Amino acid sequence: MNELPGDLLYTKDHEWLRREDDGSVTIGITDHAQGALGDLVYVELPEVGQDVDEADEMAVVESVKAASDVYAPIGGSIVAINEELADVPEKINSDPYGDGWIVRMQPTDAFDESTLMSPDDYQQFIDDLDD
Amino acid sequence: MGSKTALFEKHNEAGARIVDFGGWDMPLHYGSQKQEHHAVRQNAGAFDVSHMTIVDLSGERSRVFLQYLVANDVAKLKDYGKALYTAMLNADGGVIDDLIIYYISDTDYRLVVNAATRDKDLAWIREQAGPFDVAVNERADLAMIAVQGPNARQLAADSIAAEHRDAALALKPFYSLQAGEMFIARTGYTGEDGWELCMPAADAPEIWDQLLSRGAAPCGLGARDTLRLEAAMNLYGTDMDESISPLEAGLNWTIGWEPAERDFIGRGALEELRHSPDRRRFVGLLLEDKGVLRNHQKVVVEGIGEGEITSGGFSPSIGKSIALARVPAGDYDRAMVEVRGKMLNVRIVKTPFVCSGKIRINIEGETL
Repeated sequence: MNELPGDLLYTKDHEWLRREDDGSVTIGITDHAQGALGDLVYVELPEVGQDVDEADEMAVVESVKAASDVYAPIGGSIVAINEELADVPEKINSDPYGDGWIVRMQPTDAFDESTLMSPDDYQQFIDDLDD
Repeated sequence: MGSKTALFEKHNEAGARIVDFGGWDMPLHYGSQKQEHHAVRQNAGAFDVSHMTIVDLSGERSRVFLQYLVANDVAKLKDYGKALYTAMLNADGGVIDDLIIYYISDTDYRLVVNAATRDKDLAWIREQAGPFDVAVNERADLAMIAVQGPNARQLAADSIAAEHRDAALALKPFYSLQAGEMFIARTGYTGEDGWELCMPAADAPEIWDQLLSRGAAPCGLGARDTLRLEAAMNLYGTDMDESISPLEAGLNWTIGWEPAERDFIGRGALEELRHSPDRRRFVGLLLEDKGVLRNHQKVVVEGIGEGEITSGGFSPSIGKSIALARVPAGDYDRAMVEVRGKMLNVRIVKTPFVCSGKIRINIEGETL
């Protein structure tokens, strides 16, 4: 079992968030999520500039096996998308917390961290799923 | 917890992701479904298919019984060991299951039917067999390993008893033989050369280890599905079921129309649909836009009507999405598929998409 990056926050939908110095937030899916999906073959990304509400479907990741929605964990505006995923979706498999990032958002409000999980809490969450 | 094959511990040791399939705990993949897929197209892969149901028929009237039970005509089987793919139909012409029949001797045939349909298949076969006095014997004592790929037979040959090895390697496609305790058939579900091996369950783990040690990649049900989709081989319960005629599932070639007097179950219904102008087409689709086609997505043929994708997915060999679909009658070679509210362009292509390691469709341009 790989160690979860300690500087990220996590959601029950198996997404991760990283607060950047400029106030934006980078979002991707977790190693657990990419493992469950299997080999990624297609990623549908939102447009830069698009506004999304919390819990909106903002992207779709498709593996050989299935399609899975990526939900906006916070409300905000899309400021960047990982365009390389269009040609190399398997970056999500090989480096889910790095090169496999999906979007960067500018949050609408100071977001409420209490709804997100710490690395320890998320580890507990996925351990419980496996039982 | 589901049923477990003789190789379940092997799958666990190899780190397989286990899923339920028709009541069986089976490997989905051992890490990367795509790599397993490519291994079979380029070299060799080994699949545990012990969940499949093997049924042996025995009796003086076995042939006459099968000529009544299935849509293809076992009279086509002239040589011992020859195999025939066909379907068992209900009285309405719907597919109860698809199966392979091996001609063992004049009184003995081996059937391999699907795992998920085991109970209903056995009940149906036994019910129909009654008047023919044919013994129906399920072979739950056997395990089954498919070894598939251009190098599969050569690599597996060392697992065959020496005195049978040459005969095994000389088997033509769709032929089988009994080699000591092992039954060897040059059949498969991938579009590649290879064997399907049946053996006593206790022997399976050792054979499995031998195949892997000689370079066969362990492959799960995930790769099995993308390989069979590229080869345009139907999956029961997805591409056809009891409400679907083989004539609308691309299985016309598995129906033995001649001799006209052979009365097999479902024949009347097939005859009615056979020349109907409304008979739906069963076609291969290639997605021209970006995205992935999936089962049950709606196919729209402008000015003609709507159909449905029965099996859709991503083709690792082609690098694009492909599908099998049941679509309205008519002369057309383009359609649209609705994917998450968007209409994407697809082209109708002649199947198989891929077989024997090569892409068989024209990806860039010409239609049929």
